[in-house]
Amino acid sequence: MSVHRNEASTAGQAPRTPAEQRWLEAEHQVLARLERRFPQDVVLGSRVVTRKLWIDIAREALLEVLRFLRDDPELRFEMLIELTCADFLKYPGHQGPRFALLYILYSFRCDAYVRLKVWLEEDDPRAPSATAVFAGAEWPEREVYDLYGIVFEGHPDLRRLLMPDDFTGHPLRKDYPLRGRGERDSFPVLTREES
Amino acid sequence: MGVDIGRQLRQQGYILGTVKGLLERMVKLGRKNSLWPYVFGTACCSIEMMSVLSSRYDLARFGAEVIRFSPRQADLMIVGGRVTLKMMPVLQRIWLQMAEPKWCISMGACASCGGVFDTYTMIQGVDKFIPVDVYVPGCPPRPENMVDALLQIQKKIDAQKLL
Repeated sequence: MSVHRNEASTAGQAPRTPAEQRWLEAEHQVLARLERRFPQDVVLGSRVVTRKLWIDIAREALLEVLRFLRDDPELRFEMLIELTCADFLKYPGHQGPRFALLYILYSFRCDAYVRLKVWLEEDDPRAPSATAVFAGAEWPEREVYDLYGIVFEGHPDLRRLLMPDDFTGHPLRKDYPLRGRGERDSFPVLTREES
Repeated sequence: MGVDIGRQLRQQGYILGTVKGLLERMVKLGRKNSLWPYVFGTACCSIEMMSVLSSRYDLARFGAEVIRFSPRQADLMIVGGRVTLKMMPVLQRIWLQMAEPKWCISMGACASCGGVFDTYTMIQGVDKFIPVDVYVPGCPPRPENMVDALLQIQKKIDAQKLL
């Protein structure tokens, strides 16, 4: 437990139920394990946000970490619960890279979660594709590519998932205008006479 | 003399007119009392539409109970629900596939003006891109509104000049 490097410990971060307590402890144990297993430049930091531990992972080592978490016989984080992205552009008090890729894994063996965060710079939004480790990452990665413009290297079929194929731009980025850039007004007009 | 016979017959309830006028009335009668709707339902409005069609409100009373799920067999399109960027080309294609004569009801706030969804992916009213005959307000509209919309369409059909 001594490895806990929590920079943002504020009131309201303490676990409220025994289950939350257990999950948080398990997350700290996983963090300690990762720090033992990998060299220093892989686990970049961690912080507790609303009673949950987020572990920052270096982009280059992401696949290695995921594979370790999945295959280690004592951990067995075999289920990719969530793969998504967040845009921290102009986020109050935020400094550092703009995008964060978020990975949440679950272990049936330990009944524990692990939350990984990979920070990506604005001018280099690339990440290794997790499909090599979790096949189910294919569509979430397509969604992230579609809405945030993160390019996943090694993805088998990186196309847009939600927006039309001819759409330009990535609408969940914070600098994308809410009403779009005129896409919604760009259809041919069918009049009564010609239809 | 002739005028008098005409007036007498009209007073007795006989139909009097030209063959052309008679034909026109028959065609209109057929059209307006057997509208076959195609429900382009993308959201909660189409759930309300089910209520309109089923026994409690019973659109069959006005002759529009034969829902067709092929646009080629329908002559009244009811756009009920949100239409998104990705759905608009589909909607236009379906509208073009419907055979003439055809009418369109824009049902509810979303189809008529985008509703509360003023975002990049929402069409702000389908009437921007396809012709609409009757708009129905509401979110979703009451079944009575839909019945009224159908009556408006029937009035519109009646007012059309055919020949």
